[in-house]
This record gives sequence, structure tokens and C-alpha cells, in this order.
Amino acid sequence: MCALPRSVRVVAWFTALVMLVGSLACNGGGTGPNGSTKLQGAGASFPNPVYQKWLSEYGNIHPNISIDYQSVGSGGGIKQLKEQTVDFGASDAPLKDEDMKSFSGEVVHIPTVLGAVVMTYNLAGLNNPLRFSPDVIADVYLGKIKKWNDARIAADNPGVTLPANDIVVVHRSDSSGTSAVFTDFLAKISGEWKEKVGVGVSPSWPVGIGGKGNEGVTGQVKNTPNTIGYVELVYAVQNKLPVAQVKNQTGSYVQPSIDAVTAAAAAFVASTPDDLRVSITNAPGAQSYPISSYTYILVYKDQKDAAKGKALVDFLWWGIHDGEKFAKELQYAPLPAEIVQKAEVKIKSVTHGGTALRS
Amino acid sequence: MSAVEHNGLRFGFSNWRRVLSPTGNTGDAIFRIAMLLVALLMVAIVVAMVWALATDALMSIRQFGFGFLIARKWDPIKGDFGALPFVYGTVMSSVIALAISIPFSLGIAIFLVEQAPPYIARPVGFLVELLAAIPSVVYGLWGIFVLAPVLREHVQPILQTAFGWLPLFQGSMTGIGLLTGGIILAIMVTPIISAVVRDVLAAVPGSQREAALALGATKWEMIRVVLVNGAPGIAGAIILGLGRALGETMAVTMVIGNRAQISPSLFDPAYTIASAIANEFTEATGDLYVSALVELGLILFLVTFIVNGIARLLVWNVTRKTGGVGRAA
Repeated sequence: MCALPRSVRVVAWFTALVMLVGSLACNGGGTGPNGSTKLQGAGASFPNPVYQKWLSEYGNIHPNISIDYQSVGSGGGIKQLKEQTVDFGASDAPLKDEDMKSFSGEVVHIPTVLGAVVMTYNLAGLNNPLRFSPDVIADVYLGKIKKWNDARIAADNPGVTLPANDIVVVHRSDSSGTSAVFTDFLAKISGEWKEKVGVGVSPSWPVGIGGKGNEGVTGQVKNTPNTIGYVELVYAVQNKLPVAQVKNQTGSYVQPSIDAVTAAAAAFVASTPDDLRVSITNAPGAQSYPISSYTYILVYKDQKDAAKGKALVDFLWWGIHDGEKFAKELQYAPLPAEIVQKAEVKIKSVTHGGTALRS
Repeated sequence: MSAVEHNGLRFGFSNWRRVLSPTGNTGDAIFRIAMLLVALLMVAIVVAMVWALATDALMSIRQFGFGFLIARKWDPIKGDFGALPFVYGTVMSSVIALAISIPFSLGIAIFLVEQAPPYIARPVGFLVELLAAIPSVVYGLWGIFVLAPVLREHVQPILQTAFGWLPLFQGSMTGIGLLTGGIILAIMVTPIISAVVRDVLAAVPGSQREAALALGATKWEMIRVVLVNGAPGIAGAIILGLGRALGETMAVTMVIGNRAQISPSLFDPAYTIASAIANEFTEATGDLYVSALVELGLILFLVTFIVNGIARLLVWNVTRKTGGVGRAA
């Protein structure tokens, strides 16, 4: 040790000191000595921007509560909630019944915001957005429609000259809630899709090339002529991608937008079950954009720690009320009022030792 | 290590002090123990990783058995998993990478050591090494935005016109696929291979060159003597590059197309093991799915192990014949 240069020794001691201080500071979360409460969440990457905004805004109002959110993906969030290493999880798709059974306690779904999946493409010489019927999208992704000038694409786009080139299909290569919403939509409108491919975060795609993340799909679509791909609405708006109109159940072609997503949610309000687990793809209603979805925060119904449980329900309550106003500026659709009411009931149902944490 | 074992056997356990420090010096003993621990730690980490992979992969191994290695379907929704397309993509992209990279790397190293004057060799050598420091995600983005369009518009049409009768160069030209993945890898491993080969060639004694030239050899013949002398070291450099190519994740996944298929065409999308794990692990739900991904990791370990083993056998074979100066890395 003595032979080391002075600078190295200084660095070594400094590092040791920092590690010591760090280990003292991180007392493992929970209620700290000065009455502050730490919450830890993990999950879906799609709502991450709005959650980060919530955390910083909420932190300003409640400085004694610190909340962290790790955007590790829905799968990771569900897994960590199951292992109880986080206080709340987040997922784009609601849990299935059989998944709910594998948790040690009952899990409550709180919808937070809504998003949409949009079709983007790279086709030269177009003045207006392309239009697609749902069955055409399904057959393109099944590999049955191979050319851009296919009669069925032409039927959706009267008066548009389409090239005789091969369609290059692009999809997500990483597992993603975006793919789950997209395949959920395709399975609803195409029996063949439902049977051959199914619904999931990482399906076995019949055709196409995979791009990693929204940026990967966008990169492939932007750089390769004759491509079609799907990305999140937020991403398409921020990057000013060409976006297709999709025909909904009532037969009108809808341009994806925040309002069209809210309309889709509103169309399902009456049929939304009390546990709020619902798919809103292929929604009825003339204004509804058909590839829309909720994103959820998942919490245990029975909270083990009274202080943390209270902080958690207060944060969720703030989120579905005051937090919703930050949604639009970040290109997410806020919850419809009826769904906020249903979510209030769910938040109030969260208990500690049998007593409700918020009433 | 072998010296320790040897002494240990001879003197028995009671003589451990002598074992640890044959010179009887306490400082030496401490140094020896410290180095032994460092070496053992490496071994322990490898063993722990294989152990962790194997235990987590157990479910998938039980479910699919040996069939996992030869099954070609990867369908997480239906719970149907097979590793063959990933193994194929991993090995093929690395083979393409080495096929392109080896001539370039050797050329760079020979130029830097044997031909370039120092005022050229230093900056060029520095730039080549700089390539090794570029993060792989930057390579990947460069691959999407620069390399893929160039390949699609200029290289692939030429290849298809000239060699289109070969299945290797048939199919649609999107600029995204196995060939692009291989080329990106080639660019990434070239600085590693060329830097090591340069050092190996520089270590070949000058007397070898002088002897060759004195016997009337041309410059090319002299360089061949140097190359033969450095063969084991060169092979070591290639193994190092191969390791990087097999395990590379980010850059490859951005340009290879990420499609679990085995297609004869180099233009078609493919998938590597490392890319598949990186892509799917974060959102993998279901125990069998996770287990299958972990088993892919285990297979990557095995593939690397086997490929390294084969390469080392080759090195050993060459070393025995030539008795060169370089040592396998």
C-alpha cells in the first residue's frame, strides 16, 4: 500500500468513504428516521414519462414521501410485485385470471392513463395519410398481402397511386406492451391471427423484420422504403412520423389522437367491469380509435405496512385526479370521468389489517 | 497454480508455509495468497454463473430435453421454444465477421509493423484502437442509419447481380439482415484483432527478419516468416475477436432483423442468442419462457466454450509444428 502513489491512495480512501456513507444512507426503504416514507415501483416503460412527471410533481407537494419508479418493462414489474420487492408494479396489459392466482395476495388494478398504437409507413409520393381496414393490417402482418398495390389496400385508399413494390413489414423485436395491444387488436378482428399467432408481448411473427424498441422500429421504417410498422402514439407524435388512419367498427377511418383514444375508452365505460381489467381495442363509436389501451398500476389489496400503504393510496388518489392534467401535454389520454369514479372505488378498497387506508 | 499443487504434494499439508512461499519470505507468501485468491475468484465467478444458469434453465431442460437444441420454432405465446435459429444466427454472424475481419486485421497489423513509417503508424494505430472504444449502441445506430441504406442501395444489388445464382444472395434487399449484422461485427472486432496481432508481430525478434532477408528473401517472403512465427499469437487474437463477436448484443440486434429463422440467404433477417435474451428477457412473463431464455444463455456459454476449444486445438496444433514466439491470448 505504501508503494502506491499518493493520488491512488487518496482515491482509494475517498471511494471507501463514499461507499460507507452510501451504505448508511440507504437504509433499505420504508419509514426513515425522520418520518419520511419511501415507495418503490417498477414496470411498464410505455407510461414511464408520465409517471416520472407524477413523481416529481408529487414530490414537490409531499417532500416527506419519496417514490421511485424503474421502467423495466411490464414483465419485470409484474415479477417484482409478485416477489414483493416493490410496493407497486405497472403493466400495460391487465393480469389474466390464471396469473392473478400466482400472487400471494389479491392484486388491485388502477388504470392511470391511456395510450394507442399507430401504424406508420415509408411510402414515397403520398399527400394524405394512408387508410387501413383492420383486416388489411392483419393480412399484411400475416404475410397474405404482399404488395403495396394490392386491391384491398387500394380499396381503402381510392384515388391514391400505390407502388407495385413488396411491403416490408416491421415489428418490435423486444417484448413489449405495444406488441400486446397490437396483437390483441388483430386477434379481435382476424380469426386466422387469433388461431395462428395469438396475443402477447412477444408473438412469433409470421413475416417481417424486428426493430428493438420504438426507436428501432422507427429507424427501420424511416430508412427503408416500402416499410410498414407500428409504434406508440406518443412516439409517433413526438417524432412527426407519417401515421395511418384506421377504420373502426362503425366504418369510419379515424386519425389516431388523444381525443380518439379517450372516445374508445368512453365507448367501453358501460361494459367495463368493476375490477377495471378491460381491453378497449376495436371499440365501438364513430370517434373511437380502434388500437387503444389502458395502462395500469398494480398494488396488493392488503398492504403490510400501514405507513407505506397510506402513502401509496394517497399517491394513486392524487394521480387519477390531479395527475391526469399532466397526461395530455405528454401525449397520453386522461381517464374518462366514469373510469376515475370506478378507480376511486378500487383505491378505497385497499386495506391494512382489515381497515381501509382511505375512505 | 501447478507449482503450488506440485509442492503441496511433495511436502504434505503440514508444510503449508513452504508451499505458500518457497523462499520463506512472509511478503512473498502474502503476495502468493492474494494472487491465488484473485485467480480462484475468477474461477468461482464462472462456476457460479454456470450454476445459476443451469438451475434457472432446469424447467426448460426438463420440458424440452435435447430437442431444444434442434427445434426451430420460437413462439412465446404458445410456449413452444427451440434454440436452433439462434445458434445458427450467432455462429453465422460471427463466421461472416471473422471472414471479413481477419484479412483486414492482418493487413492493418502488417502495414503498421512492417511497412509504415512511425509518423504514419502511430496515428493510424491510435485510430484503429479508438474504434474499439466506441460503444456498441453507437455502432448499432450507425448500422441502421448509414450502413444498412448503403448496403441496400449499392452493395446488395451488385452482389445479387453477380452472384444471384447462389441462394446466399437471393431474396429481398432491405439492408437489414444476417449480412449487415456480420459486417457490423467485423468492424467491431477488427480493432481488437489488429491491435493484438500488431503487438504479436512486433514481438517477433528482428533477427528473424534479418535472417530471412540475408538469405535473399523478398519483403513478402520475410513477412511470411514473421507471420508463421507469430501464428499462435495471431490465432489467439482471432479467438479474442471471436469471443467479442459471439457475445455482442446491442449493435447486432439493431441491424440483424431479429427473426428466429434459418434462411439460406444472407440478406434475410436472422437472430442471435445474445440479442434474443436482451430483447425478450425484460418482458418475459411465465416461468417456462424465462427458463427457455436462460437456457439460451447456457447454450451461448456452451457454444463459446466449444468454439474456443476448437480454436485452441488449432493453435496448439500450429504451435507444435512451428514453435513460434507468440502465445495464445
